[in-house]
Amino acid sequence: MFQKIEIRLSGSGGQGLILGGIILADAAIDDGLNAIQSQSYGPEARGGASKAEIIISKEDIYYPKVMKCDLLLCLTQKSYDKYIDSLNKSGILIIDECVEIDKNASYKTYKLPIIDTAVNEVGTPMVANIVSLGVIHEVCKMLNEEVLKNSIVKRVPRGTADLNIKAFEKGKSLVKG
Amino acid sequence: MSNKKAKLLQGNEACVEGALAAGMRFFAGYPITPSTEIAEISSQKLPALDGKFIQMEDELSSMAAIIGGSLAGIKSMTATSGPGFSLMQENLGYATIAEIPCVIVNVQRGGPSTGLPTSPAQGEIMQAKWGTHGDHPAITLYPNSVEEIYNTTITAFNFSEKYRVPVVLLLDEVIAHMREKVTLKDTSEITIIDRKKPTCSAEEYVAYRADDNDNIPSMASFGEGYRYHVTGLVHNETGFPTNDNKVADKLIRRLIDKVENDIDNLSIYEDYKTNDAETVIVSFGSVSRSAKSAVNELRNNGKKVGLFRPITIWPTLEKQILEISKKAKTIYVAEMNLGQYYYEVERIAGKYCNVKKINKVNGELITPNEIISVINGGN
Repeated sequence: MFQKIEIRLSGSGGQGLILGGIILADAAIDDGLNAIQSQSYGPEARGGASKAEIIISKEDIYYPKVMKCDLLLCLTQKSYDKYIDSLNKSGILIIDECVEIDKNASYKTYKLPIIDTAVNEVGTPMVANIVSLGVIHEVCKMLNEEVLKNSIVKRVPRGTADLNIKAFEKGKSLVKG
Repeated sequence: MSNKKAKLLQGNEACVEGALAAGMRFFAGYPITPSTEIAEISSQKLPALDGKFIQMEDELSSMAAIIGGSLAGIKSMTATSGPGFSLMQENLGYATIAEIPCVIVNVQRGGPSTGLPTSPAQGEIMQAKWGTHGDHPAITLYPNSVEEIYNTTITAFNFSEKYRVPVVLLLDEVIAHMREKVTLKDTSEITIIDRKKPTCSAEEYVAYRADDNDNIPSMASFGEGYRYHVTGLVHNETGFPTNDNKVADKLIRRLIDKVENDIDNLSIYEDYKTNDAETVIVSFGSVSRSAKSAVNELRNNGKKVGLFRPITIWPTLEKQILEISKKAKTIYVAEMNLGQYYYEVERIAGKYCNVKKINKVNGELITPNEIISVINGGN
């Protein structure tokens, strides 16, 4: 089990990554850990490269920003180009299939059809964030699954719980193959 | 700490929760990044508590509105950022001379002017004290975590009610916007202070006659039948304007004394590993979190470093800073400006130890490594 993990979720504005970050942090706290979630504001919060940052730790967290992350999610090429240098050399990289990457990199890489799954299997691109959480969960297993699902249900818009749980399960099965 | 009550809360959200717990039932404001959520959440929560929210046309009127709300006996607050805080200064002075309790939250962002709307800065340390003209008292508090925002907002109300002064709560964009694990106190664990009310009849009431023991007059609410005059001019005990030099002298001295003479009850701070420290970092708000990381890492490498974190920024914690200066060799004042609190520390500590600056004004939080490299470099 990890002591501290720093996560950066990146993509474009409107993909729900900040909500995804809030859900992860919320679940971590319900799971008895410490967590901080922060985000970038400003022009880039709409359309451009957007990011949510989460630190989950067993200990107190002082400096609240993510510097080098242990896990990086990129749903767009633009966000990959912008944030790839912030990933630890031994970190985990999760990217949508649309993202072209440097083949020589040392990261443990998962290239998966996240957006396609959201659109074609769950029915809306709006759940790309929750499909991503399913992927992250299956890859890292850092939080209790039931706790994480509870946080999803608690934080997504009313009436969309079933849709989002389906998205989470689809994300998990992307990793399982 | 029971984990049951732990939850994820945003800094601005915690500010509203603290204000409501303290008894805030009136909020007037004009939304501005990075404080907007405070207005937004107040507008959602106040109606259910029989409170009132009003979005004003600007920050001048927002400040005026909370003065009115407080005069009517309702605990009142506004929230803004640098540009709005500048506009509030005149009426903030009015609240000071008319002794009207209220809380002004300034979630700082990069300045001057509209500056860097979404980036953190700590540029209003001096403005919190000297932004309004004239000689006057100031109480300014500066928390560094989401949980502490909740607690300190309650304290801000308590101080404003107790001393009858506008209290400025300075927040950083970093903590105002981030979400963090908090465990909120039950209402039974919270101490609430309410303004001193007159015990005499309306006929006998002299609105600005202060009690000898604390220099603070009792305050009747408008609408209760106690008639009195409120003005921004220098006034006598009845509240009516006067040019009498003796009265003016007595009033200005009393306004400052009621705060400064009670500094021990106003002094809130965190003293972290300063006892044996040769080097002490002084910092507040989000920067103090970086400083604490830096202290821990430097200690792991055998360096005797500590952190002194004032939560009460004004009045200045002279006694504590002086004490540290007599033990430490060097004090570094780390702040997201080019040196504001530094000059307060230098004034107090400069005689006994070296006082140096660590500064950053590019819109990014000072990192632990930046502090570490300055201290290791001995610059």
